Amino acid sequence: MAKTQRIRVTLNGAKHELDVEPRLLLVHMIREMPGMTGTHVGCDTTSCGACTVLLDGRPIKSCTLFAVQADGSEILTVEGLIRDGKLHPLQQAFHEEHGLQCGFCTPGMLMSTCALLQKNPNPTEEEIRWGISGNLCRCTGYQNIVKAVQNAAGKMQKEVAA
Amino acid sequence: MYPPSFEYIRPGTISEAVALLGQYGDDAKILSGGQSLIPMMKLRIARPAWLIDIGRIPGLAHIKEEGGYLKIGGLVREADLETSDLIRSKFPIIHDTARVIADPLVRNLATVGGNLAHGDPANDHPATMLALEAKAVATGPRGEREIPITDFFVSFFTTALAHDEILTEIRIPIPPPRSAGAYFKLERKVGDFATAAVAIQLTLNEDGTCKRAGIGLTNVGPTPLKARQAEDFLRGKKLDAPTIDQAAQLAADAADPSSDLRGPAEYKKGLVKEFVRRGLRRAMERAEGRK
Amino acid sequence: MMHQTSPEIGGMGHSIKRKEDARLIQGKGHYVDDVHLPRMVHGHMIRSPYAHARLKSINIEAAMKLPGVLAVITGADLAKANLAWMPTLFHDKQMVLATDKVLFQAQEVAFVVAEDRYTAADAAELVAVEYEELPVLVDPHKALDPGAPILREDRGEKTNHIFHWEVGDEQATQKTLQDAPVRAKVDAVFQRCHPAPLETCGCVADYDPIMKHLTVWLTSQAPHAHRTLFAIVGGIPEQNIRVISPDIGGGFGNKVPIYPGYVCAVVASLTLGRPVKWIETRSENLQSTGFARDYHMTAEIAADKDGTVKALSVKTLADHGAFNAAAQPSKFPAGLFSICTGSYDFANSFCEVDGVYTNKAPGGIAYRCSFRVTEAAYLIERAMDVLAMELKTDPAELRLKNFIPPDKFPYKSPLGWSYDSGDYPAAMNKALEMVGYRELRKEQEEKRKKGELMGVGISSFTEIVGAGPGHTFDIVGIKMFDSCEIRIHPTGKAIARLGTKSQGQGHETTFPQIIAQELGIPASDITLEEGDTDTAPYGLGTYASRSTPVAGGATAIAARKIRDKAKKIAAHLLEVSEADLEWEPGKFYVKGAPSKAKTIQEIAFAAYTNLPPGMEAGLEAVDYYDPPNLTFPFGTYICVVDIDKGTGEIRVRRFVAVDDCGNIINPMIVEGQIHGGLTEGLGIAFMQLISYDENGNVQGGNFMDYLVPTAVETPHWETGKTCTPSPHHPIGAKGVGESPNVGSPAAFVNAVVDALSHLGVRHIDMPVTPWKVWQILKEKGITS
Repeated sequence: MAKTQRIRVTLNGAKHELDVEPRLLLVHMIREMPGMTGTHVGCDTTSCGACTVLLDGRPIKSCTLFAVQADGSEILTVEGLIRDGKLHPLQQAFHEEHGLQCGFCTPGMLMSTCALLQKNPNPTEEEIRWGISGNLCRCTGYQNIVKAVQNAAGKMQKEVAA
Repeated sequence: MYPPSFEYIRPGTISEAVALLGQYGDDAKILSGGQSLIPMMKLRIARPAWLIDIGRIPGLAHIKEEGGYLKIGGLVREADLETSDLIRSKFPIIHDTARVIADPLVRNLATVGGNLAHGDPANDHPATMLALEAKAVATGPRGEREIPITDFFVSFFTTALAHDEILTEIRIPIPPPRSAGAYFKLERKVGDFATAAVAIQLTLNEDGTCKRAGIGLTNVGPTPLKARQAEDFLRGKKLDAPTIDQAAQLAADAADPSSDLRGPAEYKKGLVKEFVRRGLRRAMERAEGRK
Repeated sequence: MMHQTSPEIGGMGHSIKRKEDARLIQGKGHYVDDVHLPRMVHGHMIRSPYAHARLKSINIEAAMKLPGVLAVITGADLAKANLAWMPTLFHDKQMVLATDKVLFQAQEVAFVVAEDRYTAADAAELVAVEYEELPVLVDPHKALDPGAPILREDRGEKTNHIFHWEVGDEQATQKTLQDAPVRAKVDAVFQRCHPAPLETCGCVADYDPIMKHLTVWLTSQAPHAHRTLFAIVGGIPEQNIRVISPDIGGGFGNKVPIYPGYVCAVVASLTLGRPVKWIETRSENLQSTGFARDYHMTAEIAADKDGTVKALSVKTLADHGAFNAAAQPSKFPAGLFSICTGSYDFANSFCEVDGVYTNKAPGGIAYRCSFRVTEAAYLIERAMDVLAMELKTDPAELRLKNFIPPDKFPYKSPLGWSYDSGDYPAAMNKALEMVGYRELRKEQEEKRKKGELMGVGISSFTEIVGAGPGHTFDIVGIKMFDSCEIRIHPTGKAIARLGTKSQGQGHETTFPQIIAQELGIPASDITLEEGDTDTAPYGLGTYASRSTPVAGGATAIAARKIRDKAKKIAAHLLEVSEADLEWEPGKFYVKGAPSKAKTIQEIAFAAYTNLPPGMEAGLEAVDYYDPPNLTFPFGTYICVVDIDKGTGEIRVRRFVAVDDCGNIINPMIVEGQIHGGLTEGLGIAFMQLISYDENGNVQGGNFMDYLVPTAVETPHWETGKTCTPSPHHPIGAKGVGESPNVGSPAAFVNAVVDALSHLGVRHIDMPVTPWKVWQILKEKGITS
């Protein structure tokens, strides 16, 4: 067995020091932390995006990164979207537009769309579909997810304008 | 799903990384974006004892024009290539290519260097670089050397890189005026490898005839392919429909695809033909658009 | 007569936002892999690389030496406890862990238990298994050939034939065919595919050796049935087993069977006295759990020259894989396939199905299929289009001509089903109008002159769901009733528990709406629980679109029982007789004096504080509902495609879906179900296939090759509805979850075939891929 390495990550704003085997995938590192099972595993070929988190602001598949590679980085997961008890506009929008059914893809979708709206605050439908093309959903057919992102974009632009 | 054990080291410079490759030999692999290597490790197909993570080495993530070349650092993430204004405005063929690699999430980690060095004929950049007649910069224990891209892809999953060399930059000669390219890819869905794909880079003479054509083919052979006969045929010719058709046929003849779940070999050759046609037309439009 | 409730009460018809969302959008869902118990260990399944082989030896020595490895369970170990084999859900048995031979690639051979999953995976590589390969059978058409290898040596009859089933009037059907002026025939394969919910299957088995109590967190669509089976097969007293089906990340029929991994985890927990978690990988899910379809079908329609259909003959070869693990009602070896006369008024029909074993994973009933209704609907809708081409008539006209007319309901089909209600022309006409059918046909004509390819495909399906009446329907003997238990608290709030189990269908939101409708208690005041067998009343679970038809019936009836008691209490409180009272949602009032009223909340409080003499306290009821019949949702789907002649690529330009599921509880949720099912249908029609090469190696066994559509491939869905209530259902609802998967594949395929029909194309088997289209175009000399 390989010796463990100490890494330092900031997870949803909180600093952590952990000893991990190099082969530990980031998604498993996250899921083993208390209360952090929101990031899901849906496949074994880097195909589904259920494991999407933000790594230094970028949405990535946490099943295809070793925890050691994230040493020194900031990670944002679905649990980190809520601020001071207030839901992120995307979370609110997914609820309003029925953008989820079984909920398994939802954390990954939220992280992908969060990053999408940060880069592109007013995306077209095509841009949204393209932007979530790394995240699979079996339940919704994506249509209400698109509506949710448009809804959130509207909310967030109002916030900026206010 | 669960990779086997390995030792992990993150050198601070390329020279350190190269030295480690020398030290550990075949037991070591470079970890760049990891988006090709890590899936193979999770399936336990790849089992390096040492992973040398070069992902944070500074000075390798540039996209710049210098000395007559477009220079792309080996660690440039595909997503950054996709959104680069320089690439979008002056090298749309590279933008075309980057945006269809895997999916947007994978592109946030996958690197250009990795896409080329992996030696996979199904990866997208190789065909484009063949069309552009790029040069790969390999950094090894004796320093840098340039490898013409046409010598780079040796065989299935094998490149001209020595085991202790790292692909640190790709250099594309800045095309002359009246030049443009395009990349056409058919995939079964977003995220799939190409069923077949074609990269076209064209330079036109003043009179609109073809001065030079570069044609690269993705996933239709054991290596990425350069359709040399088609390229030679086009030189000096007027790009009318019969000429385009003939070039397309020559390119299809150069393809050597296998029949698999993505389709029969005959279909893939048909796609090459169709995409060379479309690629030439699009490249012409783009080339004529810039005076 | 259904009252319209206010949005605050939120009864039937309100698009109430979902209660379950709060935890799911915050990543606080509780799925099986989220269960963490003290001292929990992990299981990893070792699987056969061969499709057919004798198991010569298993050497676990090296694996056991690895630090962190606790056990390696083999078939021999299980055999000592008589657990190496277990019954399937359909009159067969399957191996839990192989003892003598393996019958499909990825079959379970041994189970490693270790402190963590990575170590378990390391240990799995150290287990040395020796196999001796045997000849492989993967072509179902060869299964009954004289030289075919006999797969099931464990069965008395040495044959690969599982069953022959037939229904209808063979003689009359054959005669009609022989005499028919017009005959249209189609050979259609519904390919093997897989439901692939985003969460794979798994469990945490936790045996407490002191209390001798087993708790199993399980990805289960039918927790009670699973508990009973664990008790019978495992010999553990049923009161000492608790199955908890928590949040489930999609089911689609994949989570109805019992899988060897579950049994192994239970055995491991019993042996070790520690909780054992087993979560399969995606590859394991696709390669070993319940597949869907694999029906090789032939339909022949006899018709008059004017297009009136007279008879339908259907013959099918069913590939069931290595074990018959089809999860369907026990009297129906081909499920409800005999709905294949569909929406049309056939005078005669005959349908026969033969099932065979092959060296493939077991299953067949899955993927939103309503027990083979997907296969049946696909077949008849393809056959009707082939008939239309034969007659050179418009496919919409042909359907309208042959629909069972609205005044013929309840309709007795020639294959024995009594359709409750339907108005097929209404759905069809609405769809035609929404899509602009006439204009599309004109456009197609113009485009054909220019050599451009576009197609319009129609599917007018009739579904059969809501299994089912106890006299006919049971799964492994357990009748297919379902249940609801409602308890009203003193402050007028309520809790309800069901025997079903949502995997995303929104039951926590929709079933309270039924109660809100019946009792006028706001839906938001009602907590809905499912999935814990210790607390929920017994039910058969959620699949085959049965929750609303069956548990929905139980919910309405239980609520009405409460209302009956409430009326007595109200009469007592208002000092009148029951006959003097009227009801509107939320209150009883005195006839002619509406201000003299008692709200349901006041009545609830009185149920604990001020009862009529002799009446038991409390305000609750339970109902086990035995539906009198199935329900028959239906609809018309219309798909418009454009084809790229150079590449064969198919672009879905438009898709209109008009569904009729009777009375709707929550329109928002119904629409979401339609979107999702259509997307699955798109995948099935154009992308999905699990196939095997001649050595039995599975192709399409992971998400790189088993293709799930992304948001880019998925078009925009246009939905509409008509409403033909079910006359026998307490709230007139029919169920809808599977309709889109049932109806859409034919719409997609019919559209592509329609685009090419002028070239003489009559049928293309799914998945209809660009390369298949391209090959046809090349043959016809049409590539650009």
